[in-house]
Amino acid sequence: MERESMEFDVVVVGGGPSGLATAIRLRQLAAEHDVEVSVCLIEKGSEIGAHILSGAVIQPTALNELFPDWKERGAPLKTAVTEDRFLFLTEQKSFRLPTPPQMHNHGNYIVSLGNVCRWLGQQAEALGVDIYPGFAAAEVLYHGDGSVKGVATGDMGRTKEGEEGPNFAPGMELHAKQTIFAEGCRGSLTKTLFERFDLREGVDPQVYGIGIKELWEIKPEHHQPGLTLHTAGWPMDMKTYGGSFLYHFEENLVSVGFVVGLNYENPYLSPFEEMQRYKMHPAIRGMFEGGRRLAYGARAISAGGYQSIPKLTFPGGLLVGDCAGFLNVPKIKGSHTAMKSGMTAAEAIFQLLQAEDATGKEAVDYPHRLKTTWLWDELYRVRNIKPSFHWGLLPAMAYSAVDTYLFRGKAPWTLHHTPDHEALKPAAQCAPIEYPKPDGVLTFDRLSSVFLSNTNHEEEQPCHLTLKDSTVPERLNLAIYAGPEQRYCPAGVYEFVDQGGQQKLRINAQNCVHCKTCDIKDPSQNINWVTPEGGGGPNYPNM
Amino acid sequence: MKILVAVKRAIDYNVKARPKSDGTGVDLANVKMSMNPFDEIAVEEALRLQEAGKATEIVALSIGPAACQETLRTAMAMGADRGILVQTDGEVQPLAVAKLIKALVDKEQPGMVILGKQAIDDDSNQTGQMLAGLLGWSIGTFAARVEVGEGHVKVAREVDGGIQTIDLKLPAIVTADLRLNEPRYVKLPNIMKAKKKPLDIVSPADLGVDITPRLKLVKVSEPAARAGGVKVADVAELVAKLRSEAKVI
Ligand SMILES: Cc1cc2nc3c(=O)[nH]c(=O)nc-3n(C[C@H](O)[C@H](O)[C@H](O)COP(=O)(O)OP(=O)(O)OC[C@H]3O[C@@H](n4cnc5c(N)ncnc54)[C@H](O)[C@@H]3O)c2cc1C
Ligand code: SF4
Repeated sequence: MERESMEFDVVVVGGGPSGLATAIRLRQLAAEHDVEVSVCLIEKGSEIGAHILSGAVIQPTALNELFPDWKERGAPLKTAVTEDRFLFLTEQKSFRLPTPPQMHNHGNYIVSLGNVCRWLGQQAEALGVDIYPGFAAAEVLYHGDGSVKGVATGDMGRTKEGEEGPNFAPGMELHAKQTIFAEGCRGSLTKTLFERFDLREGVDPQVYGIGIKELWEIKPEHHQPGLTLHTAGWPMDMKTYGGSFLYHFEENLVSVGFVVGLNYENPYLSPFEEMQRYKMHPAIRGMFEGGRRLAYGARAISAGGYQSIPKLTFPGGLLVGDCAGFLNVPKIKGSHTAMKSGMTAAEAIFQLLQAEDATGKEAVDYPHRLKTTWLWDELYRVRNIKPSFHWGLLPAMAYSAVDTYLFRGKAPWTLHHTPDHEALKPAAQCAPIEYPKPDGVLTFDRLSSVFLSNTNHEEEQPCHLTLKDSTVPERLNLAIYAGPEQRYCPAGVYEFVDQGGQQKLRINAQNCVHCKTCDIKDPSQNINWVTPEGGGGPNYPNM
Repeated sequence: MKILVAVKRAIDYNVKARPKSDGTGVDLANVKMSMNPFDEIAVEEALRLQEAGKATEIVALSIGPAACQETLRTAMAMGADRGILVQTDGEVQPLAVAKLIKALVDKEQPGMVILGKQAIDDDSNQTGQMLAGLLGWSIGTFAARVEVGEGHVKVAREVDGGIQTIDLKLPAIVTADLRLNEPRYVKLPNIMKAKKKPLDIVSPADLGVDITPRLKLVKVSEPAARAGGVKVADVAELVAKLRSEAKVI
């Protein structure tokens, strides 16, 4: 069946903070200059915010610039941070440490980033952005000269075998003068652009963390709105990068999450179970007594920072937000930089659209503009903190203090990253980890957790977790690495099951929460995450 | 023949509904809402009748807050010709819904009204039946197949243990069951076109209907957690437990 097509000035792929800020800024500029710029934004989640999972303490720097009157417009930033605590945990004890300067949150707000995106989506629609949730960009389209022409949304109604089912509806081509990729961490189309345009040449590999998060409603007597609590140390060993966040916000809600660096070495490590046992620590567990868990989810985080930022533009389009990797790692904040990059890109694109026929042109002005903003300076100053964790937790903390206080982020050297998927050691060289059994009250198993992510995929569709070589899971992953995908996947998608006396991989794709960890951590990069039918995936409320 | 289809904005079927902590209702804050799946089937059926030349115009109606406009736009993106929203922020119970639809039927004079058999949020399964009573029309509930003939409609109904086929005189009411059809995917260009289709907004007062609730919601709570199973040592213990604890023998 032929695909239909539609034309726009700008198409934005992804409705997170970066994509929405790009679209909004473009329409604002168009209105200020009294010109028409058509902007279409597509989002794979069933609605804006459905796939957004974040902490989140947000620094309102970029929002203040985008909507100085965000308060009057009813933005859901309701809880100002009142206290920052930082604890170092051992198995039984906790030590209060001075809060590192990057974690000072005066002037910041504790929010649900999903709800902030829902609000940004309404603002964007009011400004005339055409927003289409429930449509995934499945393919990048190119002009004959190799420049980007737009994207195509995925087909709907294919059978498991890839045939056209009874309700088949072909994807749609969206053509644009400029296509903005705002897919967030480990974007599936962004990944293909890196290769096609050699965007990563000469920069460090991107490195990642996986963040697992739960939303709790706790007893009022345990609740202290505005409190942020971060921990380092247990349950991670001294060699593994990881820590927790715990934010108290409105209506007795608490966001609690655990982030593990995906450069971990021991294939027996399970980020999900680390998160569960972290909650059992004597300094933490009391907070949840009498409370109930409302939601669960997970998402990868780009943690490479400054030295991993790729080339940002190519003929016909550019990258904004976490798919380029603008997260400030020591702060674990990326929403303000995501928005700022989008706003800066919008300014560069607007100029390009005004000057000439922008079709297939490269918005070379975007990186130049970005380098003059606070974003660039902010990321440069913290560039050495995450890589220093390569040396282990304590040296890294000492180094970070020196780098931060003595050199103020301007040390005359830059530390480098190595790719996460190369970090795993063979299981034979590692000790299995015994995790405590879940109690169903404070700690849970994977399946009852995924249940709370409201995730679902139409069952009759091709599997969106594609394997380049179908023998690798058993031959390499199971034989050498004891099947790490069973443990790093936070949704229990990968299972080794007995089939006639042989262990075979089973992929429960309906459970996938789109965190992208498998695409990152698979030791031979054999798993390629592609977009399932639009509208599939989690339906996160208040995350 | 004009067909009126009722569509309700309800909690999305993927979302695990959860009572508010004070038990006053289901927590809907920032939760994904969409068209009640049975209503989607109703819209699809109307569209198929239109495509088969049996219906001329499809009018979608919804009752509820302003956000129901989205639900109507979805119906129109599927193919409905226009939409009517009876806008109200208060609670509307099945009898009031039936009265509001009756008022619209009086105005629009459709040959058929198709509704979902029930909404997945409150599972009332009452509106279609009450509407039939108010209008004095025939009704085919739990429809698994609908065949429109000259002046009448044949409805195959899902009943316990099989299918019952009935023949109704038009105008009539049909409530859609799960197996009636599989609704189509909404296409992007159709969503755009739907933005331009006419959507009228009226209030219950405009229609002269009093929607004051007649039922009082007492409490919403989680189902009791199931107690875990126990292993018994022998038949004697099993019998003892069945007698003293389960009290079934
Ligand atoms: C556990 C955790 C805690 C965090 N804590 C904080 C914090 O406290 N403060 C802070 O500022 N930041 C925090 N961050 C980082 C912050 O969430 C991200 O930096 C920010 O969300 C990045 O925005 P983005 O728009 O680039 O990408 P995303 O927010 O990831 O949004 C991308 C959107 O694009 C959609 N999409 C992707 N691919 C496609 C496609 N092919 N077609 C259609 N749609 C697509 C996705 O569904 C998603 O909605 C945290 C992140 C995590 C994971
Ligand atoms: S399958 Fe991959 S992307 Fe999906 S939840 Fe598991 S690790 Fe994340």
